[in-house]
Amino acid sequence: MSILVSRSTRVITQGITGKTGLFHAQQCRAYAAECQPGADVFVGGVTPGKGGTTVDDFPVFNSVIEAREKTGANTSMVFVPPPFCADAILEAADAGMELIVAITEGIPVMDMLRVRRGLERSSSRLIGPNCPGVITPGIAKIGIMPGYIHRPGTIGIISKSGTLTYEAAWQLGRVGLGQSTAVGIGGDPINGTNYIELLKMFQDDPGTEGILLIGEIGGNAEQEAAEYIRSSVTKPVAGFIAGQTAPPGKRMGHAGAIISGGGGTAAEKMAALREADVVVSDSPGGMGEAMQTAMAR
Amino acid sequence: MKIHEYQGKQLFRAAGVAVPEGIVARTPAEAAQAFETLGGSLAVVKSQIHAGGRGKGTFQEYPEQRGVVLVRSAEEARQNAERMLGSTLVTIQTGSEGKQVNTLFVEQGLDIARELYLGIVVDREVGGPVLIMSSEGGMEIEQVAHESPEKILSEPFDAAAGLYPYQARKLAYALGLDGAAVRSAEKFLPRICRFFVDADCSMTEINPLIVTSDGQLVALDAKVSFDDNALFRHKDLVELRDLSEEDPAEVRAADTGLSYVKLEGNIGCLVNGAGLAMSTMDLIKLHGGEPANFLDVGGGASEEQVTEAFRIILADSNVQAVLVNIFGGIMRCDVIVAALLNAYEKVGFNVPLVVRLEGTNVEQARQMLEASGRDIITATDLTDAAEKVVQSLNV
Repeated sequence: MSILVSRSTRVITQGITGKTGLFHAQQCRAYAAECQPGADVFVGGVTPGKGGTTVDDFPVFNSVIEAREKTGANTSMVFVPPPFCADAILEAADAGMELIVAITEGIPVMDMLRVRRGLERSSSRLIGPNCPGVITPGIAKIGIMPGYIHRPGTIGIISKSGTLTYEAAWQLGRVGLGQSTAVGIGGDPINGTNYIELLKMFQDDPGTEGILLIGEIGGNAEQEAAEYIRSSVTKPVAGFIAGQTAPPGKRMGHAGAIISGGGGTAAEKMAALREADVVVSDSPGGMGEAMQTAMAR
Repeated sequence: MKIHEYQGKQLFRAAGVAVPEGIVARTPAEAAQAFETLGGSLAVVKSQIHAGGRGKGTFQEYPEQRGVVLVRSAEEARQNAERMLGSTLVTIQTGSEGKQVNTLFVEQGLDIARELYLGIVVDREVGGPVLIMSSEGGMEIEQVAHESPEKILSEPFDAAAGLYPYQARKLAYALGLDGAAVRSAEKFLPRICRFFVDADCSMTEINPLIVTSDGQLVALDAKVSFDDNALFRHKDLVELRDLSEEDPAEVRAADTGLSYVKLEGNIGCLVNGAGLAMSTMDLIKLHGGEPANFLDVGGGASEEQVTEAFRIILADSNVQAVLVNIFGGIMRCDVIVAALLNAYEKVGFNVPLVVRLEGTNVEQARQMLEASGRDIITATDLTDAAEKVVQSLNV
């Protein structure tokens, strides 16, 4: 079992005629074909104005609604450039996509506020933006992570960061743990799905036995997650927070990674997680062992 | 992106937000002329740098001179401007090295009845913009939040609809305003909120926001920063950027598509991905070292970017060792090592270099490093890398 991605997932790629969009759609298609031989998981793409054409055997449609009607897709992977990305996400929601995974980095905050508003009126779930995507190893990946570093297993990963998630998956592998699903929620201040919603999904997922939560400086989503873990999560949880040495007032790469007004530090997040009985690793080199420790409790 | 106070006030004025009359001066003569033109008996001469704390800040060259001064004559304006222009202002936010003042803003003096605080930010938890006000004008808002949180009023508003007049009245009454001041707030507050949204601000702060003795709200200060991701649709705002206020190495890095932040330590690091880059800094610290920088080469990391990244790291004279930490995902390790080796050759290393690689095609990449014959220390995992780079300092 898993969350978000299953054998019935059918994906279209918005922005498929762009270089990055096409490259990753191809990578995702190849991974899905390896996992589910014979199944057609990545069923096409959308680029307004290029409907009716094909790129590398992907049919291209003018709109998401048309793509859904013709392919039966229920999920969209979004690679549309920042100026047009919010609109693309809202279009996917309007077309009834159950899951929208937005990889694009650099969407203006005001645009994301509009997206959040729009999504309140729909049943779509948005993952990201500015994230590596979602992978259920052995089923499919929707995003830019390398498939082979993820092994099927029972750990759910929730993370704000891309390469740090790869690092975590690799360390889990070294201690013999695979993943049920790994989710990148993204490094932007305003995003679609937060830790708490995913913690709930992993808690309810019979295929997940433990959860690894990877956070970073900025905001207080990790503190809220800690509160939720304390009250509602019975499965073992391990964690790591990046940015213990980050100076205040400086953006550390991710738009959301900034200590402002003395709040959002790694120290307070780590303390909150520890209070919720999460096994927190001080070192990024200790994420695998922390998970192992949590599982052994 | 941050802008100067005088630029913020020009934008405020265009948005219908009340500001004092003011004139920009770049020479002492212009400062004296500005005083004459304003025509009052009192004016304020304000240093224009991006850092805050200017009023309490002093100049390295003139320890008695403050960054913001009241003057009562054109001659006094000229004398102060002579000391301020070209001198280095040190405030609580500039660090000990201070910032050179190249521009002054000369403003009319106003009759102040009350000083309030106003700030607008996007609140992540609320998922929208929030107008924050306090009766404690002139104080740092963090200090007020810490000492008397009950004095802080937060009013979330809808980004599309803006702040409603009833919300403005609610805040005004809660702040103890009455009569003309409430009517002034009904105009002032929705307009500043509209400005925040329309200009894609990440922060707008007015501290103090004053109430004049005839009940008018006026922005006595203007601290404005914009969402960098939205600048593509604000060409006019991009022109307000003052590169002399930014760290040259950070500007250079940004131009190459790198994300770089200079720190105080002596171990330079080059990493792909923001989260891993932050973690690498933490790792160095945990093993007794001090990171010299944050540097994210991004997902791609072309040879050109890696070369420039090395140049930026090595240009920092504090750097005594460099740690490269790459987790090759879609980006293959062998491609990164090829870039690394070429960059190594071009840049010329005179400090130890520790490289930790993992991910796609890592074996091939390790062989390439070995075959290169370069004096590069390889590490097998994060902990090994941190230990080796810290050790290399003590050799």
